[in-house]
Amino acid sequence: MYQWDFAVVWSYRWLFVNGLGVTLAFTLAIVVLGLLAGLVSGLARLSSFAPLRWLSQGYVEVFRCTPVLVQLVWFYYALPMLAGIEMTATTAGILALSLYGGAFYSEIVRGGIASIETGQSEAALALGMTPAQSMRRIVLPQALKRMVPPLMNQSIIQLKNTSLVSVLAVPDLLYQGQAAAHDSYRPLEIYTVVAVIYFVVLFPLTLLVNRLERRLARAD
Amino acid sequence: MSEQPMIEVAALSKTFGENTVLRSVDLKVARGEVVALIGPSGSGKSTLLRCLNLLVVPDGGRVRVGELSFAFGSSARLPGTQALAKFRAATGMVFQQFNLFPHMTVLANVMEGPLTVRRMARPAAETLARSLLAKVGLSDKAEQYPSRLSGGQKQRVAIARALAMEPAVMLFDEATSALDPELVGEVLGVMQALAAEGMTMVIVTHEIAFAREVADRVVFLRDGVILEDGPARQVIDSPREAATQAFLSHFHRQREA
Repeated sequence: MYQWDFAVVWSYRWLFVNGLGVTLAFTLAIVVLGLLAGLVSGLARLSSFAPLRWLSQGYVEVFRCTPVLVQLVWFYYALPMLAGIEMTATTAGILALSLYGGAFYSEIVRGGIASIETGQSEAALALGMTPAQSMRRIVLPQALKRMVPPLMNQSIIQLKNTSLVSVLAVPDLLYQGQAAAHDSYRPLEIYTVVAVIYFVVLFPLTLLVNRLERRLARAD
Repeated sequence: MSEQPMIEVAALSKTFGENTVLRSVDLKVARGEVVALIGPSGSGKSTLLRCLNLLVVPDGGRVRVGELSFAFGSSARLPGTQALAKFRAATGMVFQQFNLFPHMTVLANVMEGPLTVRRMARPAAETLARSLLAKVGLSDKAEQYPSRLSGGQKQRVAIARALAMEPAVMLFDEATSALDPELVGEVLGVMQALAAEGMTMVIVTHEIAFAREVADRVVFLRDGVILEDGPARQVIDSPREAATQAFLSHFHRQREA
């Protein structure tokens, strides 16, 4: 019978705190940049200019149909050789995960906008708005409301995906956990605590998404 | 008539895929005139109406409303977004499904055109919007959201929203077809008052009695062609064309049933 000893974990508390800080900062960066990429790509997907649509679809499919771990490794090892630029692990990680998330955000944005009845943009155009004004004033505000729960779900997945950057030696929560595990010879306790920390951060967020979904369902 | 017509459509044609919806339609509407477009479903009357503010872009022909005119066809360049927006701002449209903006209050719905398109100052836009809501009898609903209104109230807000652009022409696309029968009257009342004020109006409708009462002219379309065009009472009471007679007789039967 294994003898659990969580006392040892306490001495590594600052490693966990630092690691969690890096994980959260990473998440913030890739969610913000990913949303930006997703919004641009999602709007491009609905453009009347066909090459923009193809470009957007190509981007989405490339990032949806390759494993995110492969993308991370490719951005860190292959892209610098191709482009001839040095890239830190953090830069490569942020780039790969933002673009990966952006591909999924893009589909959410496209779907959200497409779900708004065509009568809404027709009414806006009939008032004399340009298509851009109609999008900004009438369609997007309504679509964003519907997009919030799926965007939050995807962002939760993004937070979990940050654990993959540990393979590039970015000192996130999992990487620090690995360091502590090697140092203490107590992987069971350490990795259990790492998992619990992820859960404690994410569980309230999923509850929030559930509540938002229920509220939106009532509002419709 | 010496004055040039407010609306002039010439040789207008439109095809959706294999389906030819309008075949070289000519139509003139004088300033202050009320024209009702009637005809069986699929006759092209809604498409014709939507061509008047270019929500549907014709394949060929010319459309002129007021001073602004566009030509369509293989040689003609399609109008740009700014030109289209300016053209549409001069016509008000009321839709069958109301199409109010659900994320805005009734007042904000009516203010949206003046604020975003006409770049009016907010206080002036609000004054205008409130006076129009008073005109359609909905002053007390200004702060409500559209979801709280009945269909008839929604459609009256939609009329106020279109009027807020102070358009030269109002287009009504089956404005009462989605309403419960007891709510049709309040919307027709607002439309009748507008007509009495001298607004130029083109109305696609199934309300034959209303068309007879309020319209100056009735235009009967079938299969994308204008088959009969004349004074409202004459077309409805004693149509010349057999097709018009057949359409109207079907209608009378429906009414009596």
